[in-house]
Amino acid sequence: MGMNWLLWSVLLVFLVFGSVPVGSDAGSDPDPDLHPDPPRDPHTPQHTPPHTPRRTFPVLTVQFQTVRKPFESALWILLASLLKLGFHIIPRFSSVVPESCVLIMVGLLVGALIKLLGETLPVLDTQLFFLVLLPPIILDAGYFLPIRPFGENLGTILVFAVVGTLWNSFFMGVVLYGVCLLEGSSQLAGVDLLACLLFSSIASAVDPVAVLAVFEEIHIHELLHILVFGESLLNDAVTVVLYHLFEEFAMMGEVTLVDVFLGVLCFFVVALGGVLVGAVYGLLAAITSRFTSHTRVIEPLFVFLYSYMAYLSAEVFHLSGIMALIACGVVMRPYVEANISHKSYTTIKYFLKMWSSLSETLIFIFLGVSTVAGPHTWNWTFVSATIVLCLLSRVLGVAGLTFFINKFRMVKLTGKDQFIVAYGGLRGAIAFSLAFLLSAEHFPMKNLFLTAIITVVFFTVFVQGMTIRPLVDLLAVKKKKETKFTINEEIHTQFLEHVLVGIEGVCGHYGHRHWKDKLGRLNASYLRRWLIVGERSQEPQLISFYNRLELEQALLVAESGTAGRLTPALPSSASLLAEKQKSVMNVSKEREQRIRKILRANLQKTSQRLRSYSRHALFLEEEEEDDWNEMKLQKQRLEMGRRMSHYLTVPANWQESPPLRRAKTESGNQVKESRPSAAVSVPIVSVESVPPSAPADSGMSPDKTADSPPQTVGGALKSLAGSGRGKGRKPSVTFALDVDEQKLPRCLSDPGPNKIDEEDEEHREWEV
Amino acid sequence: MGSSQSAQEEQEYRALAERTGFSLDQIRNLHKRFKHLSHDEETLRKEDFDEISDLTPNPIRSQIIDAFFDKRNFGGNEVGRVQEIGFREFLTVMSHFRPLRQNLTEEGIERIRREKLRFLFNMHDKDSDGTITLDEYRSVVEELLSSSAAIEIETATAIADAAMLEVASVTVGEMAPGQVYEGITFEHFLEILKGVEIEAKMHVRFLNVDTTTVRCGKL
Repeated sequence: MGMNWLLWSVLLVFLVFGSVPVGSDAGSDPDPDLHPDPPRDPHTPQHTPPHTPRRTFPVLTVQFQTVRKPFESALWILLASLLKLGFHIIPRFSSVVPESCVLIMVGLLVGALIKLLGETLPVLDTQLFFLVLLPPIILDAGYFLPIRPFGENLGTILVFAVVGTLWNSFFMGVVLYGVCLLEGSSQLAGVDLLACLLFSSIASAVDPVAVLAVFEEIHIHELLHILVFGESLLNDAVTVVLYHLFEEFAMMGEVTLVDVFLGVLCFFVVALGGVLVGAVYGLLAAITSRFTSHTRVIEPLFVFLYSYMAYLSAEVFHLSGIMALIACGVVMRPYVEANISHKSYTTIKYFLKMWSSLSETLIFIFLGVSTVAGPHTWNWTFVSATIVLCLLSRVLGVAGLTFFINKFRMVKLTGKDQFIVAYGGLRGAIAFSLAFLLSAEHFPMKNLFLTAIITVVFFTVFVQGMTIRPLVDLLAVKKKKETKFTINEEIHTQFLEHVLVGIEGVCGHYGHRHWKDKLGRLNASYLRRWLIVGERSQEPQLISFYNRLELEQALLVAESGTAGRLTPALPSSASLLAEKQKSVMNVSKEREQRIRKILRANLQKTSQRLRSYSRHALFLEEEEEDDWNEMKLQKQRLEMGRRMSHYLTVPANWQESPPLRRAKTESGNQVKESRPSAAVSVPIVSVESVPPSAPADSGMSPDKTADSPPQTVGGALKSLAGSGRGKGRKPSVTFALDVDEQKLPRCLSDPGPNKIDEEDEEHREWEV
Repeated sequence: MGSSQSAQEEQEYRALAERTGFSLDQIRNLHKRFKHLSHDEETLRKEDFDEISDLTPNPIRSQIIDAFFDKRNFGGNEVGRVQEIGFREFLTVMSHFRPLRQNLTEEGIERIRREKLRFLFNMHDKDSDGTITLDEYRSVVEELLSSSAAIEIETATAIADAAMLEVASVTVGEMAPGQVYEGITFEHFLEILKGVEIEAKMHVRFLNVDTTTVRCGKL
């Protein structure tokens, strides 16, 4: 613990000294030559008079001015990242205080220190914010948006986003105006209705950055998360429209009915236009990814560039950039992921997480610093009225809308859900930046607004952010359930979908399911065929899902198999009894190799539904990989240790093997712990592989070796099942292995030399 | 139609409402639909279902249609198939898709869940022996994948096998070497689908059944 405090204090000192030179070059650009630099920034001798005596050749010179800007930016980013590091090292701290709070506090601290030292403060440059800091966060959110829950709740989300924000803005604006009138002090005298409405439209928008930052740490169940988060994303359109609308009105001075009507029209244009722009760029990205099979290295670049272009293009026309970004990410994802290589996918994922994490850190720090920078105009009435009204309007809005929405929902929102949705409506940096953008001439009360907004942001982030976690525990809100997506669930979920569509057809009911089904079929028959290269375009979702599971198992096998263990020579088979026809499922090494080929060729198993969308997902995956490494080691040990006599029981025992036990006992991160266990049972099958030159009486056709390894799953599984066709073979069937005791020695004696060659070949190809 | 007939119908409707839990309006709508499908006859036959155009692209249409003629879904304890069904059976089958009512107790929800899952189970268990065997499961997966062109039978088999393995591992756990996994019983079925909230998803909005917009020409 002492170490941590030491680290923190070092970081703080570092930060302060780092910010001093940074701070001395505030957001605007003073002329460096005129700027009173601290003595440690000397210039090169630029203006040496020509008649001075010849000076010695300067061996070491310091030239700071030319690298000043990049140096300072890099320094800021470095310090922010170090802070993040420090924050997570302290174990208990991060579970009590959400990261956003800490970052704001650090920003405050830094700002205070800079001010004390008399330097000018770097303020949150709105251009920087909107064009550089915000897009990565939104893209990260949009790209990894869980489509299924989002789509299922889209109606609710839209209602909350549009109607809710409108209600918040108007209610708060009107009441605030009333308060200002009543209060009657000189400070509030200049605040008219339009200004109030403008202010409240800025202050009432739920902020995606803040929501993400806080909600990710509390792991509530999917529905609530997607409701609040989806609302924060979609209300951008409303906010943009209202902001521009009221700004225009305030500057024009009067409002006619036509203007109001145009405002409504503007909303639709902004929202739908944004989505359209995003979708177009998304399709472009998908098309481009079709042709990248020869230049895999720049694949991630296309994803980022197209998305960013979508955002910028939308901003050009004052459309909703956020919606464009979301639409782009959502549209391009299924196609791009089917086309790009595994490594590109990993790159994209990690880059997005990295950038968004960094952006978030910087935003909160800058928020803190800007708070110290001011200028502030504090008015108790206004500020407290703002906070109270924010809360009040949010609660009323959510309650009222839920009452109305629940009539149309199948899964109703309970009171607890409503509370969390209302309480989770955090405001953040977007509100602040929008307030900052107000022009001071038209809005003389800009400082007042700024102060109030900052207070609201602080209040929501600190008070609501910190208390939401204990409240969630107190109210026993359902937590995120373990995503133990099994094949069976997948099969039956799809089956149920078809059944429901069918029953609706029988009833003559044309609900949204009907149209969704039609859309899905359209997608499958046209879009997928054009946009996805190769045979993946024909792949139904179940296959992709199955591939994904297989892939992980194959990875496991491949890695454990590279220990050079070629001995398992038993005609093992995982078999399930069917009463009359006892069919046998044989897994061979061939299958492993096929699967490894698939690894290389087809990769990108979309983890659309299985990856959680939290920033912390990556951490969990690392832990999982560690688990798997250990599991592999254990498996190898097991394998070496127990030989033939244990083959009968090994697979069954492996149910209890370390990974499963580990998965069961590890509490806390419940997201994916149990998945390895589900996956473990099946790879058992593949590890006990049998060479193709299996005992002759097995009836397995030697055509397996003859099979040229095809590049598709179909081929791989063909070999798998091809071996399973030997129905007349061995009637008795065990759970995981079909072992005939007498066969053992015979099998051991023919290890199958060509297997080794092929495997080496595989290795080499794999390395590519 | 004399007034006596409609009164009799009303009484029938009331009895049916009691039995299946639909409201009178819903029953009226569904009866209209029934008559439309059966061309005003008293019973529906398989061929009538074949005429529904919306069912054609559905990969599991034959299973859906069979479900209507499966005695196990009629609420009694009988087994077997029938050739034609009346309105009462039609309604009983449809009642499996009623949405969950608001204020149900835990047992009530559990009971409904079992009913709905039983319906699905019966769809898979074609030979009515109480278990879903590997072959039956395989055919389920095959049908699910039948809508896309380039799927080979072996793929479906492999998936079904893996799924079966999973069921065995989840429900039975460790198996002795000589033990054999018979097939998925209803209890196992319930267990593996614990995570999926079937009772919330398996519903159709019946009041929106608008028989006037049913397109006759397309049949």
